[in-house]
Amino acid sequence: MHELSIVTSIVETVTESLTAYPGARVKEVRLRVGALASVVPESLEFCWGIVTAETPLAGSLLVVNVLPVVMRCAPCGVDVELDGVQSFRCPRCGEPSHDLRQGREMEIDSIEIDEAEETA
Amino acid sequence: MTTRIVELRRGILKKNDELAAGLRASYGAAGVLVLNLVSSPGTGKTAFLERTLRDLKAGGARVAALVGDLETDNDARRLAASGAPVRQINTHGICHLDAEMIAKHLDGWEGVALGGLDYLFIENVGNLVCPSSYDLGEKIRVALLSVTEGEDKPLKYPTLFNSADAAVITKMDIAEPCGFDRELALRNINEIRPGIRIFETSAKTGAGMGEWLAYLAGERAARWK
Repeated sequence: MHELSIVTSIVETVTESLTAYPGARVKEVRLRVGALASVVPESLEFCWGIVTAETPLAGSLLVVNVLPVVMRCAPCGVDVELDGVQSFRCPRCGEPSHDLRQGREMEIDSIEIDEAEETA
Repeated sequence: MTTRIVELRRGILKKNDELAAGLRASYGAAGVLVLNLVSSPGTGKTAFLERTLRDLKAGGARVAALVGDLETDNDARRLAASGAPVRQINTHGICHLDAEMIAKHLDGWEGVALGGLDYLFIENVGNLVCPSSYDLGEKIRVALLSVTEGEDKPLKYPTLFNSADAAVITKMDIAEPCGFDRELALRNINEIRPGIRIFETSAKTGAGMGEWLAYLAGERAARWK
């Protein structure tokens, strides 16, 4: 259960990025989280409202986009996508691989903001 | 009011990752092999590490350990009996070690300089979930599993086992009375982390320790190839 510290870190990063947009209101924060990242999207969402309260992110929506594991299969010579995280074998030829190309990501992709009206 | 999408593309644990990269560089410059030991509570990390420290010291290696625990310093006191320098990190409820805690405890560690060490072991907090997200700058992440835990542990905690560089099965001396299915455990570890080196050990009898120590020596030598 380290989702709370992860959410805290997201809020810090987004808040920092807002200095370029004074007065902006955050509507949405979009994450890219790999299937092997060991964070539970529901737990992140659960913490979100609590941690963002009384920050510039209050009332914003957290959108977690889960990325499947992609690994390189040497015999097939291509990157293959896995169905889950219970077996790291190529779904085409059955060969095991530890050459992962996707699945451990834990990043803030983008934010959607409403910019403040410019004061003339 | 204008709505705008701002691309951030920032790692959530960027701060930890940057610190860990700095640590990795300083371990490399000092020529010390750093290992991060991760398992459930009760797997026998401390007993395994006690034995490892003792055996390495007996062979003339310069070793030290950082030990993560929620509250007590019991493990540090046990490990210090080996004669190796040991420093406790109390996380006070936090379920994992992070790079900042490591940096802080390496700093001002009386009598210990990275350059004076051959091996530094980091015993993580007993937890198979959260430590997997936090890079400590280690060269080798070791996942430990005891014969009493159930052979399907790697399937239940794929993130940790998949991110490991080596796996250690502990308490092999009681494998038989526990009905431990060795073949199944090996197969499950390999299913989650194909090609991983697996050591079957007993800290009590010393079984498998020779192979483990040879692996450590090999990994240390490989740093200068």
